[in-house]
Amino acid sequence: MTQSFRLENVGLINREKKLSFKFNGKSYYGFEGDTLASALIANGVHLIGRSFKYHRPRGFFGAGVDEPYAIVQLYRNGETEPNIKATEQELFEGLEATSVNCWPSVNFDIGAINNFLRIFLPAGFYYKTFMWPKSFWYKVYEPFIRKAAGLGIASIKHDKERYEHKYEYCDLLIAGSGPSGLASAYAAAKNGARVILAEDKARFGGTLLTSEVNIGNKSGKEWAEGIIAELKEMPNVTVKNRSQVFGYYDHNMLVMSERISDHLPKTKKFHPKQKLWYIRAKEVLISSGSIERPLVFGNNDTPGVMLSSAAKEYLKVYGVLVGRNPLIFTNNDSGYETAIEFKKNGVDPVILDTRKDPQSEIVDEAKNLGINIKFSYVVVAAQGYKKVKSADIAKISEDKERLGSVENIKCDCICVSGFWTPTIHLASQSGNKTKFNEDIDAFVPGLSKQNETTLGAANGCYTLNETLKTSFQTAHELSKKITNNDKKISFPNVVEKKSTIHDKFWCVPLPKGKNYKRFLDFQNDVAVSDIEIALKEGYRSIEHVKRYTTLGMATDQGKTSNLNGLQLVSRIENKVVPNVGHTTFRPPYTPVSIGAIVGREVGKHSKPTRKSPMHKWHEQNNAIFVDAGVWLRPRYYKQGNENLFEGSKREAKNVRTNVGVCDVTTLGKIDIKGPDAAELLNRVYTNAWLKLPVGKARYGVMLREDGIVMDDGTTTRISENHYHMTTTTAQAANVLSHLEYYLQLVWPELNVNVVSTTEQWAGAAVAGPKSRDLLQKLFPKSDVSNEGLPFMGFIEGDLFGVKARIFRISFSGELAYEVNVESDNGNFMWEKIMEVGQEFKIQPYGTEALSTLRIEMGHVAGSELDGRTIPYDNSLEGLLSKKKDFIGKRSLNREAFIAEDRQKIVGVVPLDKKTSIPEGSHLVKDSNATLPNPKLGYISASCWSVEHDNPFSLAILKNGKNMIGEKLFVMSPLKNKVIPVEIVSSHYVDPKGERVRS
Amino acid sequence: MLHIKCPHCGMRSQNEFSYGGDASVKRPELGKEISNQDWDSFVYNRKSLRGKHWELWQHLSGCRQWIKVERDTATHEIFNTLKANEEIL
Ligand SMILES: [Zn+2]
Repeated sequence: MTQSFRLENVGLINREKKLSFKFNGKSYYGFEGDTLASALIANGVHLIGRSFKYHRPRGFFGAGVDEPYAIVQLYRNGETEPNIKATEQELFEGLEATSVNCWPSVNFDIGAINNFLRIFLPAGFYYKTFMWPKSFWYKVYEPFIRKAAGLGIASIKHDKERYEHKYEYCDLLIAGSGPSGLASAYAAAKNGARVILAEDKARFGGTLLTSEVNIGNKSGKEWAEGIIAELKEMPNVTVKNRSQVFGYYDHNMLVMSERISDHLPKTKKFHPKQKLWYIRAKEVLISSGSIERPLVFGNNDTPGVMLSSAAKEYLKVYGVLVGRNPLIFTNNDSGYETAIEFKKNGVDPVILDTRKDPQSEIVDEAKNLGINIKFSYVVVAAQGYKKVKSADIAKISEDKERLGSVENIKCDCICVSGFWTPTIHLASQSGNKTKFNEDIDAFVPGLSKQNETTLGAANGCYTLNETLKTSFQTAHELSKKITNNDKKISFPNVVEKKSTIHDKFWCVPLPKGKNYKRFLDFQNDVAVSDIEIALKEGYRSIEHVKRYTTLGMATDQGKTSNLNGLQLVSRIENKVVPNVGHTTFRPPYTPVSIGAIVGREVGKHSKPTRKSPMHKWHEQNNAIFVDAGVWLRPRYYKQGNENLFEGSKREAKNVRTNVGVCDVTTLGKIDIKGPDAAELLNRVYTNAWLKLPVGKARYGVMLREDGIVMDDGTTTRISENHYHMTTTTAQAANVLSHLEYYLQLVWPELNVNVVSTTEQWAGAAVAGPKSRDLLQKLFPKSDVSNEGLPFMGFIEGDLFGVKARIFRISFSGELAYEVNVESDNGNFMWEKIMEVGQEFKIQPYGTEALSTLRIEMGHVAGSELDGRTIPYDNSLEGLLSKKKDFIGKRSLNREAFIAEDRQKIVGVVPLDKKTSIPEGSHLVKDSNATLPNPKLGYISASCWSVEHDNPFSLAILKNGKNMIGEKLFVMSPLKNKVIPVEIVSSHYVDPKGERVRS
Repeated sequence: MLHIKCPHCGMRSQNEFSYGGDASVKRPELGKEISNQDWDSFVYNRKSLRGKHWELWQHLSGCRQWIKVERDTATHEIFNTLKANEEIL
């Protein structure tokens, strides 16, 4: 294919570099610097897709971020991405794209039948029709809608690309590099401010690239290039193209997405595809420009109808003609600029101006060039299905109510200009209450809410001289406030053509006997008639009209449709636009890829991974790991073909018969120092702490103020004013915050310091009947006899030259010790324990065996202390001091907490002694009761008791105290299980606790 | 994301802090008689105001100090921050 619509010697593309690409399987060529849109138009391709509801043919409407139509499925380097705007996607060698929303193909589309049935598809159609009959929904309506509608297809493959996040601070963030953005960046940078200048497109300069102006004896484009070159050299300036500031959040934080690699065939090694910038700016200058407004007439969605500013951009930036026989339909001077560009490049346009007799320099220039201009003329309807072939035009009466006789003129594109809509999204997101400006029939920012200032076209200012002047001035003042510098730059001489006022007319009446669709929202197919229906049906609030008709709810968020929708509602309702109000602008301004939002927090990076110092050893010894919060803990150490059940049973059994060792480094550890340390413990724990001697540990339970158990653990008195607290793995961070809260805010008079030492100590639990023999060999110089180191005792020892803390505490219910050494010595400790333990048949055990051991002993853990239970429920009421007050005590006399039949922990054994009980199952009296079957309790933890060799569970059961010996049923509807069980004591092994003291 | 001035560390982003509720709540003194109603109020009842409000935050990923922050719950504007031991005026 030849690029038959490409002009010679016009545009900013690099003609030296030809790029090949494919669209819908067909090969084309474009140039470096093209967008997919400009390259397709250069090749005469105008049919891109199908519309959302009626599946009408779709072409190009804009040339950038405002594009409602040209959405494609992109293929790049073996990956696919949906919903890419062809007007934003830069061309690269080998690019492939396909149409979306077409089935089976863009040229023959089944859904287009909706177009002929459109009389049946008015506003609210989906709400009304597909609701009935209900049985039709899943089998008929939904599959049909799914197949025929929808946009692109998301890849189900893992995204190999890398996305990064960056946090940045600056004095001034400037969003948009058009005239106001460049001028303000330059003035602020010269005055010493730290500036970030962000441009959405690949090229800086905005409208300066396409308008015929002169600044300081340079063309707009040359002036822009000069400023950018200078800014790039300044150390206090960051200049970013392909970067969209899409969200304005609280406290002047803005988020910008930078497309670093999307324009390349393949992301470079070690480069991200996109980068998300979180920018905290002292001041924000919004120079986001404005978007041209469409004019509304019959079939105004036909491919070939597009914004006149887009046609000008395709011509001046890309050297591409959107048509050879253009019709310009305008209500203001902007359309003339496009016509003049056509004329200069040897193409004869026709201008239809809704105005009767406009007088301005631009209009005069068009006249002088001999352009055919028809005043008081409108396009009634575009003709042609897949591309504009001609236009029905007519003269319009002065009151704009009546049309003259309709004529048909040949044309291959219709460039429309309905004046300009300032891009106020960022200002509105910041909380700025926008105001309606009658002069331009659009909303502009009102009083600033945060530190934001809107400049230039985004503020409704449409003369270059005025824009540059205010931008220079504002940026100077703002930067002066921040830097205290007062360096002014000289203001350049500006030459621009003067324009005259626009016509407020924008919606062409229907000719008699015709019911052409006149579209407002081009992506969601919302027409004038849909708004009329919504209003007739009683919808009044613009927010309701929007949702009922889906106006402005497509992926373009109504950038070209919102204001015309508002104008229509206000006209029908006979209100002025400001009283109708606009819908809320919400971030993101333009779609942002999920990858960019997620950044690098994917897969194993989605949360930190904490490993104990013995992790390597566990890995080398076939540990199967399990997530415990952010920690990785060995679940069991696999031997041969063992599964989890077999392995954990073997390990637990070995603890009960010989000796085992378990990595308990993950337990939370808090170092507590100070003369009031005992007093603090006495207040936060439920039991008494003032008389704990040095060298002794004590088990403690702490509550929340509402009486619910928060955590448990042992705390040891290391020396007079020094304690070592342990917490559960899960609650470690919360307990520290809890202590800090009380020390800093409630009892600042207590002289205590707390600090986390979880990572400073490596811990090994040595448990089993042979643990003392092992310990004696590990610490030959220490007395670890029952007298020298009694239950709940603490000594310091020497582990082959390494200082160790030895606590005689037990979670497994066996005779057990916990050895702590400084983390760096953790692996040494572990290897020594394993080495010396050989003769005692030591085996490491994981969390699964640990659970088994504690469950059959009836020791509570996280599954019982789940934020819903009080001490009594866990049979911990013996630890509640009657003599002193403590956190949460006052709540324990609540009626439900002291009820006679209060829930309590019990043991549960299946009658057949074989069937394992699923955790989370419910306990009921009658398995055949009518639903809802009253629930008496729930299974909190289950294991295979190695002591009794049958299943055993713990449960929290209503009236548990009096239920021992009762026969109930365990029901698990999820697993479809009903198991007859007997309720037993929660202490299934060694109920008197003799082993730990032996 | 809010920007909170820690009285100890200076301006920091919200993601370094954790929220701690109404700063005007005073814990009843330990060991002192208190009616059920007063205790319930302390544990459960909060005003949840729309507008200016003193609240507690902890500079969790920073100095770990609990601080008092005067914030407008509707606009997120922050007017003042105090150290834990400074009284709300
Ligand atoms: Zn701090």
